Amino acid sequence: MPVELYLNVAVSGLLTGLIYGLSALGLSVIFGVIRIVNFAHGEIMVMGMFATLVLFRHLGIDPLYCVPIVAAALFAFGYLLQDLVVRRIVHLPDYMQFLLMAAIAVMIVSLCLMIFGPDAQGVQVSYAYDSFQIGPLLVDKVRVYAGVAALVVSGLLFAFFRYTDTGKAIRACGDNQTGALVVGLNVRRLFALTFGIGTACLGAAGAILVLLIDVHPYLGPSYTLLAFIIVIIGGLGSLPGALLGGLLIGFSEALAGLVFQPSMKSAVSFGLLILVLLLRPQGLMGKISR
Amino acid sequence: MIRRLTDGLPRRALALLLLFAVVMALAPFFVSDYVLSVLIISLYFAFVGQAWNLMLGFAGQLSLGHALFVGIGAYTSAALFTHFGIDPWVGVVAAVALSTLMGCIIGYLGFRFSIRGVYFALLTIAFAEFTGIMVDNSAWLGGSAGLFLPVKNAGSIDLLNLRGPPTLFYYLILILTGGALVLCRFLLNSKLGLYWQAIRDDQEAAEAAGVPLFRYKMIAVAISSALTGVAGVWYAFYYNNLFPESTFATGRSVELILGAVVGGVGTLFGPILGALILTPLGELLTALTSGLQIDGIKTFFWGFCVVAIVLFRPSGVWPWLAGLLKLDGRAR
Repeated sequence: MPVELYLNVAVSGLLTGLIYGLSALGLSVIFGVIRIVNFAHGEIMVMGMFATLVLFRHLGIDPLYCVPIVAAALFAFGYLLQDLVVRRIVHLPDYMQFLLMAAIAVMIVSLCLMIFGPDAQGVQVSYAYDSFQIGPLLVDKVRVYAGVAALVVSGLLFAFFRYTDTGKAIRACGDNQTGALVVGLNVRRLFALTFGIGTACLGAAGAILVLLIDVHPYLGPSYTLLAFIIVIIGGLGSLPGALLGGLLIGFSEALAGLVFQPSMKSAVSFGLLILVLLLRPQGLMGKISR
Repeated sequence: MIRRLTDGLPRRALALLLLFAVVMALAPFFVSDYVLSVLIISLYFAFVGQAWNLMLGFAGQLSLGHALFVGIGAYTSAALFTHFGIDPWVGVVAAVALSTLMGCIIGYLGFRFSIRGVYFALLTIAFAEFTGIMVDNSAWLGGSAGLFLPVKNAGSIDLLNLRGPPTLFYYLILILTGGALVLCRFLLNSKLGLYWQAIRDDQEAAEAAGVPLFRYKMIAVAISSALTGVAGVWYAFYYNNLFPESTFATGRSVELILGAVVGGVGTLFGPILGALILTPLGELLTALTSGLQIDGIKTFFWGFCVVAIVLFRPSGVWPWLAGLLKLDGRAR
């Protein structure tokens, strides 16, 4: 039945979309608070994927258990990157920030290439070929685990920003930096924390994504673009928007791969991006202010 | 005309420029084939960097998708040549028309819908990547297997069909780079250039002062994309092969602008200086480490250079060097 086929593809697209959403959250958090556009987004995630690969290969740790480890490592990376490098260029024009981040991206890709070589590598988990059957639906176990893990991490992030004092302080910095300084918040530390949280999301997303796709150094740029498409569709700086955009893109990519041909699926995403930029530049859930 | 171009430049700057031009013009007689090939690539990056710089450095509009215009220029002329035997001198007209049209479409959408800053940069990326995927799926343009130009004997010079030894391409790109430098100098000192700089420095103030933003931004995009389209034609006939992935990728767009960034965004000589520094350095590094078989060391070094420039000398190498050589005229 073609209906079942479409349904299966749609569900697996939505599950992938959850991971896309988690990765896009990382971009959105950083932009929403620090106003820095992280052009090294996908490359940092690829770093997380390679870290997971190493942990799995040499220590035999399941990628899902790697999630907190890799997230912690990339948190440290992001914290230091903001505090040592990015902080120094906030006074420069916008394009200088883009260029700096793009250059850092190039360095990460080259570094991964030097260490791991150009070939695609993946992990082989024991449950790789298992699947769940729900009525007519047949869903890969890996994809379900991955989707649930992404959902859990996203939920933790939302709770952090909503209920903890640090989370509220970070949101205050994002809303009004001068005001945050006036009430005595340590903006420099909070910014570094924010960048770290953003890259930790990427580490988590990367560790989960290794379950679904093989990793190679050149994967980074396409994921950077994908994350941009997602957050712009959802609204740059809006956290629920990032998650929604991720689901939308995961869904439309999967269907586009089925209806047209697999190589056309990113063309559909770019088409969507251009449309959203023109018709609703603030994104589906973005605010018009500023 | 000549007086207008040289007005305000110190005498020593003119003398140095003349010396530089003579050295570059005579270089093919003295250097080896390998050095010549490095010079050729450097000049190519200088020319494209100049075209890109016109848009960002003069008019303040950041494009991160300039590989698109190179690609359109290259694919148009190459397809016309391989499929219909149309020579590149006619092809370049079509190529420039198409890449300018594409530039104007992006500019129209961006400026009319007031997409600014990072959003505009992303719009340019999206168009470049989208076009790359379309070319990848087009059998007529060779698809992902690539488009190849027939290579005839490279010994004789066939100027009409642009087939010949590297020296031919060297002089072509040298003339183009020199021409772009003169054109940019002329534009920058004209009323148009002043409008651009006003828009770049403060768009709201420029608008309030009565500068028609839309028109002058469109002119900047049109000229920049047209020049880059010309570079694409040269690129296609020099390399004789085109692959959508490497032609339209965002990484390629970033590579195209490295020279201009390192040399100095908004300066006239910066893109040339930057390309002449970066490309040979990259080649040197590749040559030095070729025994080690490490991929990626060249690109790592490029990334490092840009990070260092942004952190420590954000206005670029040229303003600093010009100050050192006491070349600062009234306008550069």
